Amino acid sequence: MKEHETLEQRLHEQGISRRSFLKFCAAMATMMALPPGSASAIAATLAKVNRPSVIWLSFQECTGCTESLTRSHSPALESLIFDMISLDYHHTLQAASGFAAEQSREDAMKEFHGKYLLLVDGSIPIKDGGVYSTIAGRTNLDMLLEAAKGAAAIVAVGSCAAFGGLPNAQPNPTGAVAVSDLIKDKPIINISGCPPIPAVITGVLAHYLTFGALPALDDRGRPKAFYGETIHDRCYRRPFYDQGKFAKTFDDEGARNGWCLYELGCKGPTTHNACATTKWNGGTSFPIESGHGCIGCSEPKFWDAGSFYAPLPAPTADVASVAKAAAAIGAGAAVAFSALDRAKKNKVQQSREKLTVDDLKGE
Amino acid sequence: MSLDDISIKVTDLHSIGSVDALLNEIATRLERFIATGEPSMVDLKSLPFSPAEYEALRTALGRGEVSARLETIGDSELYETHYAGVWWVTHYNVEGDVIADLIEIAAVPAILHSQPEDVRDGLERLQHMLGR
Repeated sequence: MKEHETLEQRLHEQGISRRSFLKFCAAMATMMALPPGSASAIAATLAKVNRPSVIWLSFQECTGCTESLTRSHSPALESLIFDMISLDYHHTLQAASGFAAEQSREDAMKEFHGKYLLLVDGSIPIKDGGVYSTIAGRTNLDMLLEAAKGAAAIVAVGSCAAFGGLPNAQPNPTGAVAVSDLIKDKPIINISGCPPIPAVITGVLAHYLTFGALPALDDRGRPKAFYGETIHDRCYRRPFYDQGKFAKTFDDEGARNGWCLYELGCKGPTTHNACATTKWNGGTSFPIESGHGCIGCSEPKFWDAGSFYAPLPAPTADVASVAKAAAAIGAGAAVAFSALDRAKKNKVQQSREKLTVDDLKGE
Repeated sequence: MSLDDISIKVTDLHSIGSVDALLNEIATRLERFIATGEPSMVDLKSLPFSPAEYEALRTALGRGEVSARLETIGDSELYETHYAGVWWVTHYNVEGDVIADLIEIAAVPAILHSQPEDVRDGLERLQHMLGR
């Protein structure tokens, strides 16, 4: 196996100028929500690090996460993102197949034991001994437990690997679970979303390489730089919410005016992700910008959280008063609702009472 | 029913205040730049601007005397705004998507400077060509 050289050497060999690299790092800083001036510091560090071995295991999944990453709008992704790492196993992307493919995984696990990054997409079925998903005759469960042993850290890519996702939805016939349900002794980063924003996947990898450590994580194991705020907090339609202007149907006056989609079931207030700022398809737009509410795909059990078109449920008394007070002071609503998300979420899910729009609007 | 029957109105979003807030931020950074020479940047992609607000910002800042273009892993457009020392820097990838959109407060945007590594590399190539 080829020795893992530094990124600087790789770029130099390919005739990529330092200025190009600085531009790439400026894009990285934007992705990682770091101060924009930090590009030169990132460049200095990234250039010197050894490219880590990455093993990517795809389990009970639809390949949407890989699709998301390989269609990333990152600068010349194929030549730069994949130059930052040494992707030693990815059964969809690699040229090798069959025994040769499995051999390269085993070689990488042996040679870089304790140092490689393990990326996982897809959930892991554990019912009936894990027989519902196998690769090369081995269960996903078996393969994950083996590969996790030598990993420096594990990145759970997508809502399936992070939280169980669609396979885990009721009635969960295969007993699908998340990576964090099975592995307890390794650092795990959850990059949730169905699929996750490609820039977030690459941003987390870049962060790990730049700082040699995992980024700060929230209480669900997600990097705060991308999941620290709700869609609602950063939504360009937020002013309409604060003004109490809501679309009531998808073709009414309010919808045409671009008013808030809360009443049409938007899950923005309880969904933590970077869609509203990072956006999709090369920064073109995000669902709300196209007139559809957020479906909350980066949150656990989003598939079982009721209709995508029903307004968010909420407990009545105290939350309604919080929301009312917040609506009255406008900008404070973001803070109030963030607090609401975390502190009250379990209660909300248990009680399943609907917060009416009148409650939110106040008087 | 034809498309013309669907009324689409452009709603005035200027009253939201995001553009004014950013212009104030830029003014504060310019004051600091004048006082201490400290350059700084604002990441526009991190701000939840609507398309209309974005255009309002472009109009407010205008275009100044200098513009430059990088041709590296896609293009980059840089121009000084109507306010000297305030630069609008937009990086594109090879597909033409915006990958970074920045307001840079500086005498010259940092990325325009020749990088020491590239200068050394260039000298090497020149010497090689001259057979030295």
